[in-house]
Amino acid sequence: MTSNGWLQIAVFFVLVLLAAKPMGLYMARVYERKKTWLDPVLGPMERLLYRIAGVDADAEMKWTEYGAAMLAFSLATLLLTYAVERLQHAVPLWNPQHLAAVEPYLAWNTAVSFTTNTNWQSYVPETTMSYLTQMFGLATHNFWSAATGMALAIAFIRGIARRESKTLGNFWVDLTRGTLWILLPICVVYALALVSQGVVQNLKPYDTATLVEPQSVTATGADGKPTTATVTTQTIAQGPVASQEAIKMLGTNGGGFFNANSAHPFENPTPLSNLMQMFSIFLIPAGLCITLGKMTGSPKHGWAVFAAMSVLWFAGVATCYWAEAQPNPLLHGVDQHASTAGISPGGNMEGKEVRFGIANSALFATVTTDASCGAVNAMHDSLMPLGGLVALSNIHLGEIVFGGVGAGMYGMLVFVILTVFIAGLMVGRTPEYMGKKVEAFDVQMSMLYFLIFPVVILGFSAIAVLSPSFGTSSLSNHGPHGLTQILYAYTSAAGNNGSAFAGLNANTHWYNATLAVTMLAGRFLMIVPMLAVAGNLAIKKIAPPSLGTFPVTSPLFAVLLTGVIVIVGALTFFPALSLGPILEHLLLRAGTSFS
Amino acid sequence: MKKHIVTALLYTVVTALLLGIVYPLAMTGLAHVLFPKQAEGSLIERNGVLAGSRLIGQPFSGPGYFWPRPSAAGNGYDASNSGGSNYAPTNAALSARVAATVALLNPKGANGPVPIDLATASASGLDPDISPAAAFYQVARVAAARRIGEDAVRNLVASHIAPRQFGLLGEPRVNVLELNLDLDKMAPAAGR
Repeated sequence: MTSNGWLQIAVFFVLVLLAAKPMGLYMARVYERKKTWLDPVLGPMERLLYRIAGVDADAEMKWTEYGAAMLAFSLATLLLTYAVERLQHAVPLWNPQHLAAVEPYLAWNTAVSFTTNTNWQSYVPETTMSYLTQMFGLATHNFWSAATGMALAIAFIRGIARRESKTLGNFWVDLTRGTLWILLPICVVYALALVSQGVVQNLKPYDTATLVEPQSVTATGADGKPTTATVTTQTIAQGPVASQEAIKMLGTNGGGFFNANSAHPFENPTPLSNLMQMFSIFLIPAGLCITLGKMTGSPKHGWAVFAAMSVLWFAGVATCYWAEAQPNPLLHGVDQHASTAGISPGGNMEGKEVRFGIANSALFATVTTDASCGAVNAMHDSLMPLGGLVALSNIHLGEIVFGGVGAGMYGMLVFVILTVFIAGLMVGRTPEYMGKKVEAFDVQMSMLYFLIFPVVILGFSAIAVLSPSFGTSSLSNHGPHGLTQILYAYTSAAGNNGSAFAGLNANTHWYNATLAVTMLAGRFLMIVPMLAVAGNLAIKKIAPPSLGTFPVTSPLFAVLLTGVIVIVGALTFFPALSLGPILEHLLLRAGTSFS
Repeated sequence: MKKHIVTALLYTVVTALLLGIVYPLAMTGLAHVLFPKQAEGSLIERNGVLAGSRLIGQPFSGPGYFWPRPSAAGNGYDASNSGGSNYAPTNAALSARVAATVALLNPKGANGPVPIDLATASASGLDPDISPAAAFYQVARVAAARRIGEDAVRNLVASHIAPRQFGLLGEPRVNVLELNLDLDKMAPAAGR
């Protein structure tokens, strides 16, 4: 660890801290349909969209109708993407590499993955997806699924803020305003900023460069004998990357244009582009804390939630940075110590890029799993055992450390309800949240929300681990790391994260099918109880605060909230983690390797 | 509900055109006006022939060139098939590959430990950079193979060190392709 590394981590956090308030207040204005300076341009677009799609912008929806509209929209977008993938070979546009139709299991997995804001990728994009599919079938989902998540978070906040109301707002209006007023304008500026750093943005065929030094490559031929061939060229994949990269990060989607994701120099060429990408993951989720405070009339509550998230973020990044800066005791003849002058990185550089080094790779891995982003600038499979543990645990907590756009906020609010409930039990009073009594139905639905998550993760992982023919046959690393690979895949899918221990070969029928089911459960099965809580809260009266009311604005509340998150999130998965990364850490220290 | 299904279909089609066609095409146009070189891939030409991209690493294996990091992209530096090794720290294949790389870089065991980045595969398999320490480590070999003075090569390396961005962000690094192209300019007759 170096002082410069800590300084870079601090700079990142200060930027998030400074941006949260203006961003949050702007978002509150957008969703409350107040005037903004973008109205002259976007107002006419909004009205035209409503007219074409037949939206009555003033109609309010109950939670059931809000949810139904959201499901209908998600299904429509899912089907569109499936169709685009299956038909990409037949469309003469923007397929310069003449890529074939995507195989059905894979197309289904990918369509589900992008609809659920997961962006799990079982494929190598540069050899699978045409430019048209990337732009029209995948990048579009980055906007849609993000705007959907934000709309749901706003609906939940309305449930808290409104009194004796049957409705939570209008899904179509929330979706539109999030897309047009928040995501699109930021992406236009952001994409160009990325291009300035070297992110490509073109529609040309892949370039062929002549190697400066031709290479002889030895490969095993079909007859099993080694053959030597001379390679004289390098094919350089291109594409409309910047426009997709911007929304991929801002919408916490994380699906890379290239296989190496944000480690690829064309997706993330410089340390500055890297800082922009990490910042944009947290921008909307951090802002939503302030939006929560603004819309519920309790700014301090918003900051209390922000504080709890910040504590968990710091615990993660400090652990991950420490773990990745350690030498690997199994490697010999190499210098694994960082030089103070910064000319030698030291630490665990396998699966990391030199321009980012240890600090920025550890920070990125923490941020991308705190939120449900899942973009990576280092290969998580090659993280040190405890570095990988941080990534895995962040998702296990429910991705509520700032979290995915919208999804992090509503996940956190369910935790808040649980915290208020537990605090109420501890002092023997009826739990109240913002003047609303938290009753049996609310707690039942909240617990349902929390239980679905470990059930799908541990259930499918258990089946895969016990099945040599289709489960463990996909492993690329053995020993405890193999368990972690499988656990990470289902965790990432259920958490709608999308990052991977990518050595696992997930492009099989079993993994494509079960991971798709996991992603759907992790998104939609969890949204329904969440919306039910929101709808039920909206109906309630607001009681005036009394001496017995537990204040949700105090540091004590932030501490309790953090405690509940750690206990509920971490303890559920601790047995599995102790057999995976924790055991691997101990064995690594003891000098054990696996082949 | 039926009304919402119709709305969902119409809404999907209209916004798909806006977000999936209009937006990326507009960005492509603007990018080519503002940053044409970057938008096309920061390509480098030598003698009128495309020699690569300054952002994409290229394989080098002869003693007269600076070597990049090991690559897990395809057969090595395959820029149409990016990716890392995904070896776990406890995977025996990792220790074996590192040992093989160390044997190439330090055949007689007299050069001291190899800087870690030079013996490990990057995340993308296309890392264009090595650390300054990794570049200096290879100066003696390159100078001997090209029969030029070590000081000249060392100065060339020093002039290629890119510091942290704004003195703060990222890590100091050396772009291998650019370094080798300048090396060829400095000592064009040098063979392998």
